[in-house]
Amino acid sequence: MQPIVKLESFSKTYHTGEVEVHAVRSVSLEIQPGEFVAIMGASGSGKSTMMNTIGCLDRPTSGRYLLDGVNVGELNRDELADLRNQKIGFVFQGFNLLSRTSALENIELPMLYARPGIKGRQQHERAVKALELVGLGERADHHPSQLSGGQQQRVAIARALVNEPKLLLADEPTGNLDTHTSIEIMGIFQDLNRRGITVVMVTHELDIARYAMRTVVMRDGRIVSDQPVAVRLDAVVELRKLEQEQQAIQLAP
Amino acid sequence: MILLKTLKIAVRALRRNKLRSLLTMLGIIFGVGAVIAMVSLGNGARAQLEASIATLGQNVVTVLSGTMSRGGFRGGFGSSGTLTLEDFEAIRKEVRGVNGASPEVRNFAQLAAGNQNINSQIMGVGSDYLNVRSWSCATGDNFTEADVRNANKVALIGKTTAETLLGDEDPIGQIVRVKNAPFRVIGMLAPKGIDMWGRDQDDVVLVPYTSAMKRLTGDTTFRSLMIQAVSPDAVSTLTNQVVELLRQRHKIGAGRDDDFIVRTQQDIAEFADAQARTTRELLFYVALISLIVGGIGVMNIMLVSVTERTREIGVRLAVGARRRDVLLQFLTEAVTLSVVGGALGILFGVACSRLVTTQLGWPTLTSTDSIVLAFCVSAAIGIFFGFYPARKASQLDPIDALRYE
Repeated sequence: MQPIVKLESFSKTYHTGEVEVHAVRSVSLEIQPGEFVAIMGASGSGKSTMMNTIGCLDRPTSGRYLLDGVNVGELNRDELADLRNQKIGFVFQGFNLLSRTSALENIELPMLYARPGIKGRQQHERAVKALELVGLGERADHHPSQLSGGQQQRVAIARALVNEPKLLLADEPTGNLDTHTSIEIMGIFQDLNRRGITVVMVTHELDIARYAMRTVVMRDGRIVSDQPVAVRLDAVVELRKLEQEQQAIQLAP
Repeated sequence: MILLKTLKIAVRALRRNKLRSLLTMLGIIFGVGAVIAMVSLGNGARAQLEASIATLGQNVVTVLSGTMSRGGFRGGFGSSGTLTLEDFEAIRKEVRGVNGASPEVRNFAQLAAGNQNINSQIMGVGSDYLNVRSWSCATGDNFTEADVRNANKVALIGKTTAETLLGDEDPIGQIVRVKNAPFRVIGMLAPKGIDMWGRDQDDVVLVPYTSAMKRLTGDTTFRSLMIQAVSPDAVSTLTNQVVELLRQRHKIGAGRDDDFIVRTQQDIAEFADAQARTTRELLFYVALISLIVGGIGVMNIMLVSVTERTREIGVRLAVGARRRDVLLQFLTEAVTLSVVGGALGILFGVACSRLVTTQLGWPTLTSTDSIVLAFCVSAAIGIFFGFYPARKASQLDPIDALRYE
C-alpha cells in the first residue's frame, strides 16, 4: 500500500540573520494509512518543523515529501492550500476557533474553501454530523466562550473532520486540557483511528503518547527512536480507572 | 456565487464588531452626507438663479451706460449718462432682428396714496418694456406709445407696492402721488418674485420714461436700454450691430474703450455662475477631504482588524483558504463598510437637505446623479483604502499567523 506520509531525506534550514538553523536534518519517515503516530521531542528538537511540513504549511529545503503520493515540494502556495483543504485536518493546542462565531459556523469554515464548492444546505448537514460525531450535537449554536476547553477542542476536531481528510494532524492537542479531558480527546482520536483515519500527533507528554500505536522521538533535528508502543493505553479503560480513583478521593460524584 | 459567499463571510465578521463597524462608517456617512447635501444646495441655488435670470425676459440684450474701465477706474453700471434718446431711436430704426426695445431710467421716490406712503422704485420705461421682459398686467392695461409721446401721468403698479399703498382696494383708477405729481394707476403688474440679487421685483412702479425724465428725475439720458432679439440665434449679431452703431454714434475711435456696456442674458448667467462656482469648488474640496479622512478611517480599522485577527487568518489559510480568498474577504469587508456607510450617508444627506429646505427655506434639489456618484465614490474608497490591509492579510505566512500571540 502507498504510504500516506513519505519523507525522503527531508531537511529544513532557516536563516535567522546570518545564522543558519538546521531545524530538521535529513530525516526519512513513512507513515502508512490507518496508523496513529505520536511525534515526541523537547522544544527545538524539530518536531514542529516536521509537523508544519507534514501539514503542507511549509516546503522542504531539501529532500522530498510525498503526501498520499503527491510531491508537495513542487506545488505553489495555492495548490498547497487546496491540498490541505482536501487531505488534512488540523487540531491545534490553542483550539484556534473563531471567537463570537457559533460552533457550527466554525465547523463550516473548511467547506467555505472547498473546490468544487459545497452547497449551503449540504454544508450545514455535514457540520451537524461532524458535531454529533464528537458528541456535541446539542451545542451547535454555542460560541467558543460558552464552551469548556474540552468542548472547544471537540469543536476543533469536528472542524478538522468535516472535509473528510485522510490525515488528522494534531499539535499538542491536550496541552491546554486537564487529565480527564485529555483522555476523552484521546478517546475520540482512537475512535477516529479505528474508523480508518490516519492520526499524527505531536506531544511532549509520555502518557499521552502511549495512546498512539507508534512513537517517533526527535532530538536536534534527527529521529533518534521510532518504535511501536509496547503497552498501548485504551482511553475507555483509562477513563474508567481515573473516575474510580477520583471517586475514591471524592473528586468526582 | 463565490462573491455572495465572500459577502456573507464579510458581513458575519463585521457584525461581530457592530459598534466598531458603525464608528468606522461614520466618517464615510458624514463625507457622503456632506457631498449630497452640498450638491443639493448648489443645484437648488442654481435652479433658483436660472429662474430669476429667466425673469429678465428672453433673448434680451441690455446696454448699460458707463464704462467698464477708464484708466484703471471702474465706474458702476449707469454711472455716467451716455445713452441718449437719439441712440435709442437709432437702434430701433437701424438694427436688424429687434423684436422690441425699451429704455430704462430708475429712481427711488416717496409714493403716497390716501394716508399711506412708501419709498419705492420708480422705473421709467417704454411701452415695449413688458413684452421685452415677458411681463404682463394682472389687471388693467399697459400704457401706450401715445402715453409715452405725451409724457402722460399714468402708472403700472407692482403687487407689493399696491398692497402696501392701497391695501385690498382695486388699484385700477387710483391716484398715486409720486414726488407730489399725481399719477393715475392704469394696470397692476403680474407678480414676478425675487430677482437674482434678492430684490423684490414687485415693489415697483412703472411709468412712461418721458414722464419719469421730465417730472421725476430730470435726467436727459438713460440708465440702460433693453433690446429683445427675435430669436436666441439673433442675439450675437444683434449685439454686434448695437456695439457698432453706438461706437459710431459716440465717435469712439478704434482701440478706445466703449463708453457703454453690453450684457446678454448669457453674460449675466455666466457672471452669477462664476461666483457660485467658487463656492461649489470650495465645498467640493471640503467634501473630498472628509471622504479621504473617512477612507483613512476604514483603512485604519482594517489594519487593526488584520493584526487582531492574525490567528483567524492563519486558521483560514491552514484549512485551505487561498491568498485570493483572504484578499477578497478583507477587501469585501472594507467595501461593505464604505458602501453601507455611503448608503447611510446618502440618506443622511437627503435628510439634511430636506431639513434645510423646511427649516431655513433654502431651495435644494437632490439629483439622482449625485446619489449614484456618491455611491460609486464610496465603493471606490472602500477598494482603494481596503486594498493595502487586505493585501497585507493575504500575504501572511500560515505558520507565523497561527503562532501569532
